[in-house]
Amino acid sequence: MSGELITLYVTAIVLVAVTGLYYLLVTTSLIRAVIGLELVTKSITLGLILAGRLTGKVGLGQALAITLIVVEVVVLVVAVGLILLAHRHTNKVDTRDLRSIKG
Amino acid sequence: MNDAIVEIAMLVTFVLMALWAVLATKLLRAVVALAATSVLVTLLLFRLDSPLAAVFELSVCAGLVSAIFLGAITLTQPENEAEVAVSAKERIRRYWYLPPLLLLLGVALLQVALPDVPTTAAAADDVRKVLWTSRHLDLLGQITVLVAGAFGVIVLFKEARKNER
Repeated sequence: MSGELITLYVTAIVLVAVTGLYYLLVTTSLIRAVIGLELVTKSITLGLILAGRLTGKVGLGQALAITLIVVEVVVLVVAVGLILLAHRHTNKVDTRDLRSIKG
Repeated sequence: MNDAIVEIAMLVTFVLMALWAVLATKLLRAVVALAATSVLVTLLLFRLDSPLAAVFELSVCAGLVSAIFLGAITLTQPENEAEVAVSAKERIRRYWYLPPLLLLLGVALLQVALPDVPTTAAAADDVRKVLWTSRHLDLLGQITVLVAGAFGVIVLFKEARKNER
């Protein structure tokens, strides 16, 4: 794998992670926030596999990526459960309407 | 040479799909873009000799996650178009500097020259060996997270049902 290709991989991974973080920052919709989180985890998955490949530990990279995917799905399911619960209370899925948990 | 071009095309499409997921005004389109991002990650994982992680990514992230998102959107029907337009304008006004910053970051990262790294062939049973012998704590952690998630969902919906009465 050439240095230029590795640079491209790293650039794509960082750009997608920053895009996801940007989305988390700017959005007020809870569902869109979860989409931002998903983008971050996707780039991290790719980063783990790339790191495993570059260090010659493909198995370890895959094991960690599989662990990350499992954790990602559980986080997503619980987040969607919370969103549905918030929707039952406020009839909206907007962070600006969740005043009752503000400190 | 051709392999490198295919890989570069996949990486560019990966970034473009992620941007589409962020920029799409309709939530359904954002979810479709997210599923497409997952498919591209799967293809890239296959290129990096990680078939097991790729299959996990495709079945769980492109399939199950999209289905969960579609269910959530159908159950909540969160925004109408006027609300989306207003919040998009507000977002652009507040965070106008972030997209140029992202572009600058991309250009700066492309200037960083990384050394050539010899690639290694993946052994077919490598990941299984790692999971069952050296990383069994990870497996225990995964089981705990899954159980915690299942209990979390049960508790959340139980509360919701109680409140409905």
